[in-house]
Amino acid sequence: MSETVTAPPPTGTISALAPKKRSRAARLLLGRDAIMIYALLVFVLYACISIPRFASPVTVGFLLLDVIPVLLIAMPMTLVIITGEIDLSVASIAGLTSALMGVLWQAGLDMPLVLAISVAAGVVAGAFNGFLIAVVGLPSLAVTIGTLALFRGLALVVIGDNAVANFPPDLTAFFTSKIGGTGIPTVMIGVLIVMVFFGVLLHFTPFGRGLYALGYSKEAARFVGIKVARSKFWLYVATGSVSALAGVYWTLRYSSARSDNASGLELAVIAAVLLGGVSIFGGKGSIPGVIAGVLLIGTINYALRLGRVSDVVLIIVTGTLLILSVVTPSIFASVRRWQHDRQVRNSLPQVTTSGSTRAEHPAH
Amino acid sequence: MTTTVQPTGSGTPTPAASEKRNIIGSVMHLRELPVILALVALVLVTWAINPLFLSPQGVKDMLLNATIVMILAVGQAIVIITRNVDLSVGSILGLVAFGTGTLFVSFPGIPIVAVFILGMVFGALLGAVNGLLVTLAKVPALVITLGTLYIYRGLNNAWAGGTQYFADDRPEAFGNLSVDTVLGFPLITLMAVFVVVIVAIFMAGARSGRDLYAIGSDPDAARVFGIPVTKRVLLAFVANGVLAGLAGVLYTSRFNSVGATTGTGLELDVVAAAVVGGVAIFGGSGSVVGAAFGALLLTTITGALTAVRVDKFWQQAIVGVLILASIVIDRIASVRTARRLRVSEARDV
Repeated sequence: MSETVTAPPPTGTISALAPKKRSRAARLLLGRDAIMIYALLVFVLYACISIPRFASPVTVGFLLLDVIPVLLIAMPMTLVIITGEIDLSVASIAGLTSALMGVLWQAGLDMPLVLAISVAAGVVAGAFNGFLIAVVGLPSLAVTIGTLALFRGLALVVIGDNAVANFPPDLTAFFTSKIGGTGIPTVMIGVLIVMVFFGVLLHFTPFGRGLYALGYSKEAARFVGIKVARSKFWLYVATGSVSALAGVYWTLRYSSARSDNASGLELAVIAAVLLGGVSIFGGKGSIPGVIAGVLLIGTINYALRLGRVSDVVLIIVTGTLLILSVVTPSIFASVRRWQHDRQVRNSLPQVTTSGSTRAEHPAH
Repeated sequence: MTTTVQPTGSGTPTPAASEKRNIIGSVMHLRELPVILALVALVLVTWAINPLFLSPQGVKDMLLNATIVMILAVGQAIVIITRNVDLSVGSILGLVAFGTGTLFVSFPGIPIVAVFILGMVFGALLGAVNGLLVTLAKVPALVITLGTLYIYRGLNNAWAGGTQYFADDRPEAFGNLSVDTVLGFPLITLMAVFVVVIVAIFMAGARSGRDLYAIGSDPDAARVFGIPVTKRVLLAFVANGVLAGLAGVLYTSRFNSVGATTGTGLELDVVAAAVVGGVAIFGGSGSVVGAAFGALLLTTITGALTAVRVDKFWQQAIVGVLILASIVIDRIASVRTARRLRVSEARDV
């Protein structure tokens, strides 16, 4: 903030510096994240005005309860995609955690022990991904397709086609409880801690800044002293752990432990992260943008459902948003490139003439 | 053009011997070898434990289960070889399958051949949308096809609603395609094998087929070399759409009901089949034959586990292990190739 109000340098240099200065403010106010946040605000406003029953604490409660799993997993996923990798196994890890919880609780273990073992399983699963990707050096897309099947398979092995539903009522009630009359779920406090943790980690620590470098160029990152393998390994441990937390939440929120819990969630998470402005090539994206992306999809879905639009349209909306969010910048970029090319051509007219003479040359 | 590098020294082995070694060597280095060995081992072990596994009925079931994933895996392999991926195949299959059901209900006398053609054209259109978005917008296929996965599925939901079409709605001849056998092979499996052979010949022999490998190995180099990259990638997506369309029509023949959720979640199975079959996920290597064998292996595991009375819940975990194993094998092979190339280059210098 303080840099923007420094005294203007004297005379002639002002015009040269002016665009740079504007771009700093513009970057905050017109950047990809800001646009996502505006889109979210505009949509929330529109929904409050035109959709009956939208503007109420009940909305806040149900909307947040629905998006929490995606919101949680999207945080470490953002970091993973920024490094140019991907993790498709997150939903299976959540499912495995859920299955473990069910079986261990059924076996009569204490709840804290059940929770500890289940989350530990998520950490181990993440470390397994991390080992194959960071240490062995296998492509993350292929590895996590494999572990997607493996972890979901282990969930099936653990619990079969049973479902465990007799979790302690006070605990499941806590997971759907609200803070006072605000309608905000109590568990949002925990989610907020996770969000702040990953936000600070990505944007304000050397480790996090290094992830952007890693996403741009692995070689360059290695040369400036970033420990590529170690960073990646811990990121996968992080996705594993947070997916396990999401699995615990899923189990206790719906009060049901089944092997197919959270299945298909990986694609929803990735769609939300990409919509939030993270580049699939790596090197670009931010936590605030992703949070806005997740909430935007969640809000649109909730609003449409309130407006009695069937679930059918919901997935069309998700898909269209996802495609628009990646196609639009690329169209802008190609228009800009075309303009730039035309400018260059106009300013260098001699290029075409020399080119034509050279083309005639070999004919003689 | 290669005449200048004729070996002249006496140190070279006799032509016959070197040729023999080359054949053995190239068989040993076949990317499809691990998956074929795994398939043979799986079938033999299962057969040893439960001889009924290779009874005519057992074989027929095994092949029928594999047919649809096999066709999809071949299409997926074409796309993956160009360093793209198509996650929307499950949704394309669903749309075409429901479309097939609708055709038979709306036009009771419609010839079966016409249904096949319409299904494949429909698939081609859906594939072309993917291909155009990927090539014109220059956005990674993973993102685009993740989007169209949702959109196509949504369209399918909107179109079908709660409607389902059952086998009774279709002419008996159409359903018989997946019941009748020739020499123990179900008709639809023979169609799949025919497709695999045609596509394999195209990928191995045709100029445009070879171009796909060049694009997958290095898209920029391919462009510099003068390969029409946009056109070829579009071709790959359209081909995949046609095959997904064919799979959709066959799905309608094979299974009793088609509705809004037909083919959901199939995409990752298909990508897994291609990867297990030795198609490198980052393009440039692998073959459609391998992908077809990958599909056969993955679908056979289910039947084999039932035959040897292993808990069916283990099936998916084993699929996961297989995928990971095939990636590791691929990595070992590529490290070896790289080392060999380095050595031979050093010798040439």
